[in-house]
Amino acid sequence: MDFLADITNTLPETILVGFGLIGLLLGAIGGDRISGLLRLAAATALAVASAVAFMQFSRGEAITAFVSADLAPDGLYKATLFTLFAKSVTYALAAFALFMSGGALKSAQMERYEYPLLVTFGSFGAGMMLSANDLMTLYVGIETLSLSSYVLAAFRRDSIKSAEAGLKYFVLGALASGLLLYGSALVYGFSGGTGYATIAASSSSVGLIVGLVFVICGLAFKASAAPFHIWTPDVYEGAPSPVVAFFSTAPKIAAVGLLAHVLFTAFGPHFKSWQQIIAIISAASMLIGAFGALMQNSIKRILAYSSISNVGFALIGIAAGAETGAAAVLVYMTLYVIATLGMFGGVLALRRGGKAIDQISDLNGLVKSKPGMALGLLVLIFSVAGIPPAAGFWGKLQVFTAGIESGLLWLVLVGCLASVVSLGYYLRLVWAMFMKPAGEPLDKTDISVGATVAISTLLMFPVLTIVIQFLLDLAARAAGG
Amino acid sequence: MDYAQLGLGHYLAVSAALFTIGVFGIFVNRKNIIVILMSIELILLSVNINLVAFSVFNGTIMGQVFAMLVLTVAAAEAAVGLAILVVYFRNRGEIAVEDVNVLRG
Repeated sequence: MDFLADITNTLPETILVGFGLIGLLLGAIGGDRISGLLRLAAATALAVASAVAFMQFSRGEAITAFVSADLAPDGLYKATLFTLFAKSVTYALAAFALFMSGGALKSAQMERYEYPLLVTFGSFGAGMMLSANDLMTLYVGIETLSLSSYVLAAFRRDSIKSAEAGLKYFVLGALASGLLLYGSALVYGFSGGTGYATIAASSSSVGLIVGLVFVICGLAFKASAAPFHIWTPDVYEGAPSPVVAFFSTAPKIAAVGLLAHVLFTAFGPHFKSWQQIIAIISAASMLIGAFGALMQNSIKRILAYSSISNVGFALIGIAAGAETGAAAVLVYMTLYVIATLGMFGGVLALRRGGKAIDQISDLNGLVKSKPGMALGLLVLIFSVAGIPPAAGFWGKLQVFTAGIESGLLWLVLVGCLASVVSLGYYLRLVWAMFMKPAGEPLDKTDISVGATVAISTLLMFPVLTIVIQFLLDLAARAAGG
Repeated sequence: MDYAQLGLGHYLAVSAALFTIGVFGIFVNRKNIIVILMSIELILLSVNINLVAFSVFNGTIMGQVFAMLVLTVAAAEAAVGLAILVVYFRNRGEIAVEDVNVLRG
């Protein structure tokens, strides 16, 4: 296959990296004056990439690129329907995260042209790691995402919190990359190749299993699953809110999708070896996420623990195996990240006198000052908690059903327990918004934030509550190919 | 067994030792963040030894290609890490590990 064909086959990524390079050039010429323009352009490029990925998905066949007859006969890049679906959602969420962050960036004095470009390159890395068909592509994709993320976390250079968040994220992230790489090297050594197909065809050996465990540890870190979650609350609290809105949506679904994809394809034949590991990680994440958030007062920290817990729920689907769980993981993560995007819209809207605030007490009486936002957040919180009639309930139902079908009843019971416990802090947020007397008035909400919250709220209830079958069909199709 | 001949096991043992030193360097070190950066490099280099050794003993070239990629990414990672460290130092005025504690829940 020639180079031109590879470019067209990897069109979503080509669009992103092309835009990123041109944007760097424009930024170098125009400086920070064009940062607002560049942000909207980057959001558009991400939206286009998402649409292209979805078109490739609806064509219904896997796309292979970068094939080398003797070195990588199966291609270094293979976008299956599963990855195409996950990529489409990833890019769309990154686009929305950029779209709504304008006002927050301005008030934090972060309007620099590098910001949208780092998000673009990070999303490109997320898409690349999802489309990897080889451990090398996987590694480079993950690092592209991670290096962009480290810089984004430390983006507010004058803030000690932001710098410390970046530093912690960097050190722990580099350690996780090391684990992942060490595992990849062992897997390569004991299976004889780095391609997913070679690994899947190799016979099981102790070396391969040790490598597999290291790989799972590295990937679990990126997905912020327990016991590799320690960085999450600190980074969420310290990093600027627009950055966290990006972290908690696009890379999150990409990381979970990647974990599912690698385990289902490359390590599919070794299912029995990793099922228990994933089940234990899942149980630990759900419980730590649920109990950890009870004591927190910062909304961003609560959302961090909520994301740990929700990744745990998604992992039930992975532990259920490819046949029963793949569709459930996609449905769950899609619903979760859409709701999370809206919740972070709420966090971005919490500004007083141009300064971002994020304590629970700052939500007090939100229903009086901003009734629309309060109602929206109520729906989104219900959705993330999995309370019907919000659409998040369907996601939980899917993963629980998948778990029971593959005999992981104990894990589902742990999940139910974690759901009940997590209601404790979700309801604290609701209580503050609806029952407490209002504090000092908040700043006016940006139109872009309001629109994003409205869209994700309407999707969670009533749109996806009613037409959930549409999403289920898409995910089933994605899981089938 | 010919003890003069280096086998795959020897390389793996060296690599595992370096990896362990690197991981311990991150967790046990309580003094300086620069040491953590050095430990990270140590981990990546131990992986490279692994990759090249496997590549030679398996007779496939992919391991050496992978090692080149790891070297490249390690350079980028060190650059980003040092940049973040500089930002941190400007805010805080010191880089002792014990004082990285503004964020705590």
